[in-house]
Amino acid sequence: MTRILVFVDNDRGTLSPSALEALTPAYSLADSLDASLELATVGEGGRAALEPVGLGGYVISHPVLSDYAPEAYGDALAQLVSEEQFSVVISLGDDRGAEVMAHMAAVLDQPLVANVTEIADTEGPDGSWEVIRVRWGGSLLERARLRSDLKFLTIAPHTFPAPEPNGGAGPLTTFVPEIPDSLARTRVVERVKLAEGLTLATAPVVVSGGRGVGSAENFAILEELADLLGGVVGCSRVATNNGWRPHSDQVGQTGTRIAPDLYIACGISGAVQHWVGCMASKQILAINTDPEAPLVTKADYAVIGDLHEILAAVIAEIKARP
Amino acid sequence: MNILVCVKRVPAPGARIVLTDDSQGIDTRHLGFTTSPHEECAVEAAVQLKERHGGTTTVLTLGPPDAVEQLRYSVSVGADRVVLVPADSTEWDPQATASALVEAIKDLEGDSPFDLILFGNESADSGGYQVGIRVARALGRPVISGLKGIEIDGDQMVGRRETDEGFEVYRLPMPAIAAAKEGITLPRYPTLPGRLKSRRAEIHEVPAEMTPGGQEMVSLLKPAEEVTETVILGHGAEAAPGVVRLLEEVGLL
Amino acid sequence: MDFPTSAHVIVIGAGIAGNSVVGHLAEMGWKNIVQIDKGPLPNPGGSTGHASNFCFPVDHSKEMTMLTLDSTRQYAEMDVMVVSGGIEVARAPERMEELRRRMTSATAWGVESHLISPAEVEELVPFINRDIILGGFYSPGVTVVDSLRAGTIMRERAQALDALTVLPNTEVLSMEVRNGAIAAVVTDKGRIETEHLVIACGVWSPRMAEMAGATIPLTPAVHQMIDVGPIPILQATNSEIGYPIVRDMDTYMYERQTAGSMEVGSYAHRPIFHHPNDIPSLGESLLSPTELPFTDEDFDLQMEHALELMPDILSAAEIRYAINGLLSLTPDAMPLLGETVEVKNLWSAAAVWIKEGPGVGKMIAQWMTQGYPEIDPHSSDIARFYRYARNNHHIYARCSEHFNKTYGIVHPREQWESNRRVRTVPAYPRQVELGAVFYEAGGWERPQWYEANAPLVEKYGVEGREHEWDARWWSPIINAEHLAMRESVGMVDLTAFAIFDITGPGVVDYIQKMAVNQCDVRVGRAVYTPLLTETGGFRADLTILRLGEHHYRVISGGGDGARDRYWFRKHLPDDGSVTFVDNTSGVSTVGLWGPNARKVIESLTSDDVSHQGFPYGSVREVNLRGIDTLMLRISYVGELGWEISVSMEQGLQLWDMLWEAGQEWGVVPVGIGVYGTTGRLEKGYRLMGAELESEYNPVEAGLARPKIKRADFIGKGPYLQARAEDPATILCTLTVEDHTSASGIERYMGGNEPILTADGERITDSHGRPSYVTTAGNGPSVGKYLLLAYLPPEHAVEGRELAVMYMNELYPVKVAVVGSTPLFDPANERMRV
Repeated sequence: MTRILVFVDNDRGTLSPSALEALTPAYSLADSLDASLELATVGEGGRAALEPVGLGGYVISHPVLSDYAPEAYGDALAQLVSEEQFSVVISLGDDRGAEVMAHMAAVLDQPLVANVTEIADTEGPDGSWEVIRVRWGGSLLERARLRSDLKFLTIAPHTFPAPEPNGGAGPLTTFVPEIPDSLARTRVVERVKLAEGLTLATAPVVVSGGRGVGSAENFAILEELADLLGGVVGCSRVATNNGWRPHSDQVGQTGTRIAPDLYIACGISGAVQHWVGCMASKQILAINTDPEAPLVTKADYAVIGDLHEILAAVIAEIKARP
Repeated sequence: MNILVCVKRVPAPGARIVLTDDSQGIDTRHLGFTTSPHEECAVEAAVQLKERHGGTTTVLTLGPPDAVEQLRYSVSVGADRVVLVPADSTEWDPQATASALVEAIKDLEGDSPFDLILFGNESADSGGYQVGIRVARALGRPVISGLKGIEIDGDQMVGRRETDEGFEVYRLPMPAIAAAKEGITLPRYPTLPGRLKSRRAEIHEVPAEMTPGGQEMVSLLKPAEEVTETVILGHGAEAAPGVVRLLEEVGLL
Repeated sequence: MDFPTSAHVIVIGAGIAGNSVVGHLAEMGWKNIVQIDKGPLPNPGGSTGHASNFCFPVDHSKEMTMLTLDSTRQYAEMDVMVVSGGIEVARAPERMEELRRRMTSATAWGVESHLISPAEVEELVPFINRDIILGGFYSPGVTVVDSLRAGTIMRERAQALDALTVLPNTEVLSMEVRNGAIAAVVTDKGRIETEHLVIACGVWSPRMAEMAGATIPLTPAVHQMIDVGPIPILQATNSEIGYPIVRDMDTYMYERQTAGSMEVGSYAHRPIFHHPNDIPSLGESLLSPTELPFTDEDFDLQMEHALELMPDILSAAEIRYAINGLLSLTPDAMPLLGETVEVKNLWSAAAVWIKEGPGVGKMIAQWMTQGYPEIDPHSSDIARFYRYARNNHHIYARCSEHFNKTYGIVHPREQWESNRRVRTVPAYPRQVELGAVFYEAGGWERPQWYEANAPLVEKYGVEGREHEWDARWWSPIINAEHLAMRESVGMVDLTAFAIFDITGPGVVDYIQKMAVNQCDVRVGRAVYTPLLTETGGFRADLTILRLGEHHYRVISGGGDGARDRYWFRKHLPDDGSVTFVDNTSGVSTVGLWGPNARKVIESLTSDDVSHQGFPYGSVREVNLRGIDTLMLRISYVGELGWEISVSMEQGLQLWDMLWEAGQEWGVVPVGIGVYGTTGRLEKGYRLMGAELESEYNPVEAGLARPKIKRADFIGKGPYLQARAEDPATILCTLTVEDHTSASGIERYMGGNEPILTADGERITDSHGRPSYVTTAGNGPSVGKYLLLAYLPPEHAVEGRELAVMYMNELYPVKVAVVGSTPLFDPANERMRV
């Protein structure tokens, strides 16, 4: 029987909100292949977090795995896959998932298809699969053929909803890999917490500015609105490249990908690079002089006109509220 | 400090990507090409390390002859030496890319490995998230991805990567490898003398074999476009009340 | 706002040209104007959006200078202008000479300018490398404008007059033409009926015109520029521009401050053309449709040049922005203005630069409103191109040739090298054998002189020109041919004439409406006549032959044939009573002139060709030894003779026959150098485009006849008014009294130089029109160098001593003739024997 393994990451016992997303396509795949589905996580701390999922699987344990260590994670997973003869391994394509899977694939010298959105065909010639995967950060898709005995995939984040836990506690077996101590060379040695507070990734509202803002000073009014709404300021790549904002404020393919309740895009035309960073927002309000700007046409709401004038009026209106 | 940076030539699209008629690529007739953004920052990081610690920065690309444009650009912003690993313009899968790079890097290194090899976290176009890791594994060197800060401490590379709360720190013994993310540092623009120097730069060519891996691009397709009916809340300042109502509905006020 | 379904006029394009047209149309009272652009406002993504926005006023062309000066006044009035000053610097000695020529043009058109030393340049631009420059041409009035803001202001003014609906983000998909006139425009948002349409969308204009079956012959071409910064000395100015713009003329580049950085632009790279259909859409472009990816390799040399000129500030600064910007190039580097020749009421305002934008807007609006603009659009008129010149083959050939001449030193007589021999005359092989040096007119190859006549130079003792510039594109053979013709007889190939055969029951009324002079003459008579614009200025001057009761033939110069064809066709009655046929390609003409001309003809026919039997100004069919010809007794060179026309296929036979028969009488082949310059100058004959412009009327040009015909004609009202008034200026013939320059070399003016008072003061008439040389050339038979120029009455006095400026030096001249009396053979006795 085909065995499918889903790698689910936990960070010292905590699951990220999207951690379980890859399970959804995995369930479907298991159905269609009539395969068994199991999960794996690293570190005993993950046991409690993953048991409620209700799937059987493995908790990988080893002293070197005391904290996140991508090389060791990859080796451990590779050993599990080999020993237990899993033929399909799936993980979410977030930072760690992508990294661990790449290590595992490299160790086992197998291909890895990154950021899959659809497993289109599992009955291709010579046992090959056809999948749809993300390119250009989501602006384009690729139909790809995967020719290998073992099928390793990462699932594009924010593509599938995480499944509801079924409540039953799955039996998670402990798996102890053989890992040389030397692989601790790529383990986290220190964590630095930055000032508590909102970040681009967590803020419920992001007030973002682009070319239309015009200068670093002009971001002041965006800051003011963000403060009033309990959000943070973001920006486009143009603003970063012009030195108006630090890169940490950048929303986009090569910046931060965000999914706030409301994204307010001021003077941002909406190049591919930016759009893929903000498209997961629940609502988008675009403020732009150009009613045909790509971001305006893709937004849920828009105000046409000069952003400085509009923001000033909105701020005044908010302050005038009873 | 001898550093190698592996970069990829990618098109620089606007707001709309147009596919070629056969859907095998994107229509680049009107597009310029650039170094994939993460790698552009990696080059800058390498140049800054060299400026601080001495040594050389080598930039390597596997790509078509036109990729020389990106190599010259890297010279114009401070790279000392550039290497083209000639490839055709077809899609090389991550395994093929990694094995060709390994071959080329071994050729370049001989007996003296680079202290540091930097990659981009993922390329802007194909986004495989794995070439640097595969190369590191083949060379038996430590590697981390998502590099957002780098310092050299003796024979260790101190790398930082971002987390939701702040950042985590890694210490890798060198020779080491890392895949950098944009934001690790702000890339400089070339100067006129830099650009002129780059025109005269010698392009070293290191051949490598194409060994296909197990992933093959069949075709490209456009994602189904969500048709959004944009609600225009108004023009100019008069739209303010409408915006405030929206903020209330979303629950921000 | 509801989408409009009809308009009085639609203007496509919201760049500097379209906005200016819209603003001026509204100001002149037009209502229901609809402006369309497929991009957003205020920057729809065309060339205006990335323009360098600086305006150097001085151009050798009066037309361009006047358009620029008018535009500058408009920019100033809109308060969107900063006066930065500008310096054209010279690296090479030839350029210094060119700068002296520029000083001369600046004086002619009344623009303040100074020749300054390298040290003075450095004072103005402290970061320049003075060691590599020889001097500069400084125009304090050079400005930098905000062309987008100007466009917005002009649109808003039109909106304030309730005259304008603006439709941005609206794409034109097709056009409808009814009865040869524009009828409607179909956009992606709806269809709009319209009476008039102006295409003002720059690089996209050809694509738009094609939708209506018209042509706007331009190509989008790359102009590279980079922005380099930050530069502390520029940042310290705290302004958009604090230092004069530098044009590094010998490297075809400019350096222009934009706030804290320096923009470096180039016209030095290889010509790079794009097809209008291949320009990316807004969505596909990274920056804008006309800011294409920079191609480094084309700019390498330019970077070196820029570093040489401004090493201190440019070596450390970073290249922040670099584009291959698109602009519009035309076959002759002039704009494309006016009604298209193919479709009525379809206008072009294309290939317009920022510096002349508002002036062009006014020009087009005047043209559409009152029939003709104030500034003569002679060189910009889109109708100037013959069919052969409207295709991409010709456009690419010529634009490739002139792109690098944007800042080049272009001799006024310089000939094109590309796409030549497109129209050759039947006798072309003979002319090649005779060593003809061909100049181009309307695509025709015309011998300017014949090297075979070189021995005549010695025979007549003709002197050469000492200075290479004066001798360039010129030969003493021209003067020798001139003297030989006056002594024996000369053959001039005139096949390049434009020939229109106009027939039909309504033809007499039609011709009378077109021409100033009485054309209802008996069959067999020829009439020389001006054609006027609605405002009473010259539109054409040509000869009209009455060949039948209902048949006229119009003969016009090859250079203006295309414009004249447009003008005649435009005014054809709608009722079909007049038929117009362009016979230019069917007729070959040879002029035979000189004291022996009759003897040659007599040897070929038994017809009566005596003065009484074939009087001056008559035309008739004559069989010359078996060839049916049409002979017209007329002369543009002041000699006895005929223009002899045959069908094109017999042109070679005619040439050979005249050549053989002429041998006994000393026939010489004579080029256009004589026909167009020396011969006509001695006779004081005027030339369209030189002396004759729409800015002057027949009274001023000395072409008013004693009587006025009863029939109405275009421009009659203003003409009558001009006759009732004293002329503000009078066309005169002047002689150069001393050619010796300060360096002791004899110099010879070429045209367009200012006529000044003896002590060097500019002369302008009561309308502000400057006095300048409209034609300059030798008068071999009068032994003088002749200049034609309009002079206000106080200076138009025979014997008055004045000065002409040439290469920034003054030379004494004397008024020889006031009015049209010829200097040579004033009583015209030689023509009437």
